[in-house]
Amino acid sequence: MREVAILGVGQTQFGELWDRSFREIGIEAGFKALESSKLSSKDLSALYIGNMASGAFIDQEHVGPLVLDYSGLAGHHIPSVRVEAGEASGAMALAQAYLAVASGAYDFVVVGGAEKMTDVPDERGAAIASSTMDQEWERVFGASMASLWGLIARRHMIDHGTKREEFARLSVLDHENGSKNPLAHFRNKITLEQVLGANPVAEPLGMLDCAPSSDGAAALVLGPLETARKYTDTPIRISASQIATDFVALMHRRSITTIDSTVIAAQRAFQQAKTDPSHLRLAEIHDSYSIGGLMALEDLGFYPKGAAGKALSDGAVGTGGKLTINTSGGLKAQGQPFGAVGIAQVAEIVRQLRGEAGPRQVSGPEMGLAHNVGGSGATSIVHILSRVN
Amino acid sequence: MSVARFWRETLRRYNLGASKCPECQTVFFPPRSVCPQCTVHRKSMTKMEPCQLSGKGEIFSYTTVYEAADGFEMQVPYVLALVKMAEGPVLTGQVVDVDPKEVHEGMPVKATFRKLREDGDSGVIHYGYKFAIVRSPTASK
Repeated sequence: MREVAILGVGQTQFGELWDRSFREIGIEAGFKALESSKLSSKDLSALYIGNMASGAFIDQEHVGPLVLDYSGLAGHHIPSVRVEAGEASGAMALAQAYLAVASGAYDFVVVGGAEKMTDVPDERGAAIASSTMDQEWERVFGASMASLWGLIARRHMIDHGTKREEFARLSVLDHENGSKNPLAHFRNKITLEQVLGANPVAEPLGMLDCAPSSDGAAALVLGPLETARKYTDTPIRISASQIATDFVALMHRRSITTIDSTVIAAQRAFQQAKTDPSHLRLAEIHDSYSIGGLMALEDLGFYPKGAAGKALSDGAVGTGGKLTINTSGGLKAQGQPFGAVGIAQVAEIVRQLRGEAGPRQVSGPEMGLAHNVGGSGATSIVHILSRVN
Repeated sequence: MSVARFWRETLRRYNLGASKCPECQTVFFPPRSVCPQCTVHRKSMTKMEPCQLSGKGEIFSYTTVYEAADGFEMQVPYVLALVKMAEGPVLTGQVVDVDPKEVHEGMPVKATFRKLREDGDSGVIHYGYKFAIVRSPTASK
């Protein structure tokens, strides 16, 4: 296996993009990623697209060749692969593209993630969002995705004494960061009181504990690290790319207050990157629901089980703390276009490592981690990126 | 959900039909064709034994749902719970006939046959289990 580098990144605005179609945002992200490197489209071996539910959202399957086609590449006849892993479709596409380049089978690939979620009414959108849980044994009894995370949150409070305010702080933190990201869905700051006082969705979770439905796309250009300097002055090494899975239904898991797939993906990733959580000061974590972000801090290895809540309250997590997370605004404020999230997280880490994150730049990071989750935890994917010195 | 898709699981949803691994004796709901606990899958494959849950269990976690899942809009607020059954498996289901504020972990419950939801204005009515609080020691026997 050879080493793989990220040579370019591109991302669209995230939000309710009424005037823009799925193919438009997919193409924009891909073009921006290519433009930011010195590659041209004729250099590409393949295209990978992370997308969760285009069939349900816009009645369009077969989006691999569709995006390739409208990118002007139909005549190149290169492979175009659509990858689905629920809300982790983006990181899964990256993991597959990484393997293709690492193996030597492909040299240069674009890997994108895209979702167009606002072309359906809210109720329909919520039903599609629930499609990553077990339809026969969870949803049929009245489970929504928020309710599964509500069950997790309740048990975390029971087992670990976690306080409602502690996970509410993640939403405040995300919005604070999102206010500095021009691509974020939400750029308004919110207060702890607003999160606690928001309408209940699935107790203890309220409206402001839940990430929004967003349209958006993001893309990366990958290539072999050994020739990376020919195509960019600031290549970023993919030091680890690891996937782990688990039982699909929450009720079947060993524990509901630890996401085992995250624990295992993180352990494998730290091993591959030959590092450990104490050396990481920058991460983008999957917080589609605030409690999920709190648990990620524990399951990724940054804090012992039950200690992340206090770390959030004490300000140890956040700008100026020991660990800086979700400078993009996270899923809550940057937005949650399902297939694009995993790629956008990595794009933000790349911007940070290159020193291109503008007002949200952290000082001199050498490494960063991105954590993308599908469903209530059946898939977790962890990438570790590092600067090339 | 189409009629056939719902109908083909009615045995499990109406009667709590489960399965047991002949090797490790672990009970699974819904029934599985291979035991995920035993490391040698060949020992349980095609040999899982059908069995029945008693319906008795206790609440492991719970949430009051205000933003309903698709088709459950008329039932809000409703309590959704993970229920640890006496035989071991954990089930997802609603807790009914109770003030949501009363619900807590460890509460004894019993599965009860109820209407789950209607498939639109003219579709079929889906039935299955929900959970009722066991209110006195004698009622749980």
